[in-house]
Amino acid sequence: MCGIAGIIYKGRTGDVGRDMTRMLQAMRHRGPDSTGYALYGETSDMVIMRFTLADPTDHRDFDFSERLERNRRKVEARLAKLGATVDRVQGESDYAYRATFRYDGELKPLADFVEDVPGAEVLSLGHSLEIVKDLGDAQTVCRQYRLDDFRGTHAIGHVRMATESDVDIAGAHPYWAYPFSDVAVVHNGQLTNYHQWRRRLERLGHRFQSECDSEIIAVYIAQLMADGLSLETSMKQSLDDLDGVFTYLVVTENQLGVAKDEMAAKPLVLYEADDMVALASEEVAIRAVVNREIDTYDPYEREVLVWNR
Amino acid sequence: MEPMTTSPLATTGRRVDHRGLAEPDAQAPKIATITGQAAEFDAAGLTPRLINLELRRLLYVEGVTEVTIHNPGAQHSIAVGLLIRCRILIDGSLGYFGCGLADGPEIHITGRVGWSVAENMMSGVIVIDKNAGSLTGAALRGGDLVVRGHVGARTGIDQKGGTIIVGGNTGSMTGFMMQRGRQIICGDAGPGLGDSMYDGALYVGGKVAALGVDCIEAEMTPADDELIDRKFGIYRMQRPDAFRKFVCGKKLWNYDNLEPNERKLVL
Repeated sequence: MCGIAGIIYKGRTGDVGRDMTRMLQAMRHRGPDSTGYALYGETSDMVIMRFTLADPTDHRDFDFSERLERNRRKVEARLAKLGATVDRVQGESDYAYRATFRYDGELKPLADFVEDVPGAEVLSLGHSLEIVKDLGDAQTVCRQYRLDDFRGTHAIGHVRMATESDVDIAGAHPYWAYPFSDVAVVHNGQLTNYHQWRRRLERLGHRFQSECDSEIIAVYIAQLMADGLSLETSMKQSLDDLDGVFTYLVVTENQLGVAKDEMAAKPLVLYEADDMVALASEEVAIRAVVNREIDTYDPYEREVLVWNR
Repeated sequence: MEPMTTSPLATTGRRVDHRGLAEPDAQAPKIATITGQAAEFDAAGLTPRLINLELRRLLYVEGVTEVTIHNPGAQHSIAVGLLIRCRILIDGSLGYFGCGLADGPEIHITGRVGWSVAENMMSGVIVIDKNAGSLTGAALRGGDLVVRGHVGARTGIDQKGGTIIVGGNTGSMTGFMMQRGRQIICGDAGPGLGDSMYDGALYVGGKVAALGVDCIEAEMTPADDELIDRKFGIYRMQRPDAFRKFVCGKKLWNYDNLEPNERKLVL
């Protein structure tokens, strides 16, 4: 089933980690397998990279910790080798890390070089985007990664009920739009022309971290934007290019957008106020951050909406 | 006794039994204020199960006929399966599957509702002051379902009777596989109107994006206008200047057609 949520504050920052946790926890019944966040803090002049070196389901053998520490140092060395000035590489859990560094080069070779380290998976790269995802419900992930303190401008999130791929971090949303900076997607639905689009995008040189159809949307949208289209135009184009039933949310450094397929088969409830927009698969998620009677509505089929922060 | 689990189906802090039934030991909280035949209670902080237990206690045990529920909090599956004549005021919004399987109640919701409100309603009246999500009145069998705002997609899917009135617009596939009953849409209708409908009538006051398979336009009759006027009078709604009527073209499905094996027997 899965549940998706998004929130964007207009012209201000807010407790986006705490608010997104509340929204996702209110939809826990839609998918307790894993929970993920794409959070946007204030734009930094440094690059922020979230990455993992193992999956929580991996067997903990005797040298698990030592191996990950060795690999963490390898990541740091590879960043330096590519000309990045590493500020900090911080362990967020046994296997997840947050690195900050100064770097002006291309992100693709950097992501590829880092992911060449055994077990490494880059979850996000950008100047404000931070993707955090792990197994369990929102409260579990929030506590594990201390997201209550995360202040920012906007975010999307996802609770997953695994149906077609494994319960692991690679199968959890959001998906970063490798190798594009600061773009991420969450999706509720199924794409029926996934393999076609995967082959097309792979021919353009993109790699995919998972077998999940949702990852296609992230890379597809970012590719169109890299080709010069606006977020809104790219999303409108997706309604013709992507086949299946879907409601998805995309976030960039400054924008949050939603698109629904032509059948409007997947739910989404939208609340817009002067200072914020909140949207989710169920109104109970919105009510978790706006605890009063509000006017909400369901976007219609083929509807694309985009907001600026 | 069956063991309790921490099934993933349970929301935080709510126990479920081996079937996944939430809060199997729950009792009605008995928090309502009862005044004669009327009662009211505040649902803030209550789970859907507790809200429904309290509501059922009032209607079926205390014999109350008018209930007001404050702060329903857009929660799911509220006021489902009420098979009794009563009046319920829900002062706020509901989530998914509200007021389903109703047979007899008059329910007024002052907020909005999520997907599948009044699913399978058999008789009664449900009035929603704001918007409704998709699948509004799915498989409706009888009674009146009135949404003063807009509704989502597949309104009245598989409708088997009753009347759905929408003050605003409706989304795609309205009346999909509808078998009987009627829908009166004051605003615009999305694409696929009446797709694969068997019978019944759809009245649209605004624009129609596109007709669905086997849905055709029919002539409005004085009886149609009389019906609409009567319904709008009851619910004090502003009537659009004119309605267009849409019915089944009977090319795809036809109740009067016999199955091939039946035809052989008859002929």
